[in-house]
Amino acid sequence: MKKKLTLETAPLSRRTFLHQAAAFGLLAGIKHLLPAYARPLTGGLTPPVAGSRPPTVYELTIAETGLRFGGRHARATTINGTVPGPLLRFREGEEVVLKVTNRLKEDTSIHWHGLLVPFNMDGVPGVSFPGIRPGETFTYRFALRQSGTYWYHSHSGLQEQTGVYGPIIVDPAGDDPVAYDREHVVVLSDWTFEDPHRVLRKLRKMPGYYNFQRQTLLGLLRGEDLSLRDRLRWGRMRMDATDLADVTGATYTYLMNGLAPEDNWTALFRPGERVRLRFINAGAGSFFDVRIPGLPLTIVQADGQNVQPVTVDEFRIGIAETYDVIVEPREDRAYTIFAESMDRSGYARGTLAPREGLQAPVPEQRRRPARSMADMGMDHGNMQGMDHGNMPGMDHGNMPGMDHGNMPGMDHGNMPGMDHGNMPGMDHEGHGMQMGAMAGLAPPGTLPPAVPHGEDTHGPGNAAVPMMTRSRLHEPGIGLGNDGRRVLVYTDLKSMEPTIDMPPPTREIELHLTGNMERYMWSIDGKAYSEAPEPIRIEKGERVRITFVNDTMMEHPMHLHGMWMMLENGHFPHLPRKHTLIVKPAERLSVLVVPDETGPWVFHCHILYHMDMGMFRVVEVTEPATAEVSQ
Amino acid sequence: MLNTIRLLALTGVLLLAAGPFRPVEAQNLPRPRFENENIYGFVLFDVFEAAPGLEGSPLAWDMFASIGKEYDRFWIKSDGDLSTSQRGGEMEFQALYSRLIAPYWELQAGARFDVAYSSEQTRRRGHLVVGLEGLAPYWFELEPALFISQDGDVSAGLTGSYDLFVTQRLILQPRLDAVAAVQEVETWGVGKGLNSVGLSLRLRYELAREFAPYLGVSWSRLFGRTGDLARAEGEDTRTVGLVFGLRWWH
Ligand SMILES: [Cu+2]
Repeated sequence: MKKKLTLETAPLSRRTFLHQAAAFGLLAGIKHLLPAYARPLTGGLTPPVAGSRPPTVYELTIAETGLRFGGRHARATTINGTVPGPLLRFREGEEVVLKVTNRLKEDTSIHWHGLLVPFNMDGVPGVSFPGIRPGETFTYRFALRQSGTYWYHSHSGLQEQTGVYGPIIVDPAGDDPVAYDREHVVVLSDWTFEDPHRVLRKLRKMPGYYNFQRQTLLGLLRGEDLSLRDRLRWGRMRMDATDLADVTGATYTYLMNGLAPEDNWTALFRPGERVRLRFINAGAGSFFDVRIPGLPLTIVQADGQNVQPVTVDEFRIGIAETYDVIVEPREDRAYTIFAESMDRSGYARGTLAPREGLQAPVPEQRRRPARSMADMGMDHGNMQGMDHGNMPGMDHGNMPGMDHGNMPGMDHGNMPGMDHGNMPGMDHEGHGMQMGAMAGLAPPGTLPPAVPHGEDTHGPGNAAVPMMTRSRLHEPGIGLGNDGRRVLVYTDLKSMEPTIDMPPPTREIELHLTGNMERYMWSIDGKAYSEAPEPIRIEKGERVRITFVNDTMMEHPMHLHGMWMMLENGHFPHLPRKHTLIVKPAERLSVLVVPDETGPWVFHCHILYHMDMGMFRVVEVTEPATAEVSQ
Repeated sequence: MLNTIRLLALTGVLLLAAGPFRPVEAQNLPRPRFENENIYGFVLFDVFEAAPGLEGSPLAWDMFASIGKEYDRFWIKSDGDLSTSQRGGEMEFQALYSRLIAPYWELQAGARFDVAYSSEQTRRRGHLVVGLEGLAPYWFELEPALFISQDGDVSAGLTGSYDLFVTQRLILQPRLDAVAAVQEVETWGVGKGLNSVGLSLRLRYELAREFAPYLGVSWSRLFGRTGDLARAEGEDTRTVGLVFGLRWWH
């Protein structure tokens, strides 16, 4: 009977469901659907006993299954029948085998997000391998060269949005430098009862479709949000200051371990224990701001890599990032794990409790913030070293979409024609350009300087060109850091172990993250992948600095497969190693990469809908030229 | 022949020598295809309404349908009004190729076909069209166009609208339609210079983004020689009335 309630094959009517839910208890129903770590009430994970051998073979079956989210029926794409999929737990140094069977009517794939694997095990259809056809089983086999918290997800179509994701823990080969008494996995994600293809079609027709938090006339009369003057400024630029997320709580139910807020996933602890929470943002389109009112959060790991502990009240987790957090609840009471979506249109929520049946108040949601001129790369007041008045001849005339002359507070009238092309030491010709010429190579670990945008506006696929782009690593991000809470910033992250002793990079590649919000176009250097299928080439062992420049007004969680990105946040030699990085609007951010596996790897925005509009590139790592027979 | 064999052999050696890794192209994998490469269609009835108080109690519409990808699309536009109390009406159809030329602007070119009929007669004519469709600063949707008729007459039209969000779902849309001509075309009641200006205000409620009933007022005026020609036909040069309708898209 339980089985019928949970894994039903035919959709039940709502009335039948409610009847049955009342008869058997809703929780009993949900419990059956979820892997152990995700059940509504869980005591935590059981880490493998030292010396024991965790399983090294997993069988994963991807199929369409009827499920419930927040009491509502859904057709989900599941792994072994659940959303999220099972926890895969390995030990560093093991060789593991993962047999993935496709029971769908379309191709599928699994990508091991953050794991360093041979390229043909990376699971990107069309790049790493052909994909897994319906009815087929593909066997992934690789050795684990790292430890930490990771996750896995489909890289086919929009399957990730329909449920194909799950957590991975790789236990260290030796002792774990992080001491803890109990641990829980916290997979954050977003669910829509709509077909994600339909969601994307709506966004293509009306990019603001899901934004029900605009600035309104009524809001203006009430004195909420931006002043008339600021609204006019934004209007002049044809930009929406409330464009925080493309897909919002208007269609999303935010999930914690597959459970809607009302289902209240509850993790047990004993007062005084050190509890390790392994947060994974498996969302397709949502950034989360995570806090546990009453508990300081000690960040010990970012993207699977140990970092020097830093204690905060709140942290933002970008799509596809992971953070391991230690909390030490001492009181015999419940605490709410609160993960608000960045645009404040909803939240995922769970409870840390000493026993069953307890819950803590759910905090009130904060008001969604509005974008500022800084997100357009335009707050000149704070920019040192840029005195436009003294720059003879700056030509902004040919930057479409930005009419500086008419922006209040910005007088470009007396700047006769500054020509970036002629600024000494700056070569902005094309991309993949050499910024090195500017002031010699900056040593690893320095922050990228503020730089005026080059002349290339990247064509009609790019709506805005920030005047200045600069490092924003020390900023907590939009809507955070202004309420007295200590918020994690990227400059807080210092790797536990020193980064490899790395001489300055020998090459720089600059990539502009571009988009046209009015037409839902997303691209890199103004071109969707289909317009620029040529790979970016890097040699194995080559030391490359990649600089991301965000020309858009949105955060993009950029993910590079196959190698670590060492974030240049000023802490060399303790640069944090990341697989996914939030690049803020108008930000210039640089990473160092030293690929050690050849193959085609992908680099893309992890907002699923941005990737699916072509914000995607192939990075091809080749053997060094000297080793090539053909040359 | 020998050369071919040698070449094949050499290629084979090179491929083997390249080891487990070959360039992406050589793997013969179909390149990943993304949604931006898919064609999508869009139909919008911005105006679809009745004006019971106006002469002839007309039904009016202004719609477009487009199909294509991001840069290149094919558009059909149509607007017009049909009298419900007597036989008569005017309608316009355009078939356009549209190219995205700037972030906010599409350049459109194609043909326009007009039909005007009454109980006495039916007239038809064709135009070539060049126009723009896009978003101007301050969020004004603009649609300027230039028309050259089959007889060589030149005219221009401008449609502009603005969506003012009163609340998240209640939206006030002011709208402007203006037509001007270079020369007089008496049979079509067209005078030289500014012909007509229409202003309207519609307040819609978005039950869903795609489906919004509305109420509004519309005002229009004919000018100069166009007005004279209309008066000669016994028509009003100034109209004002209530409208109610539905804005719908898919
Ligand atoms: Cu993106």
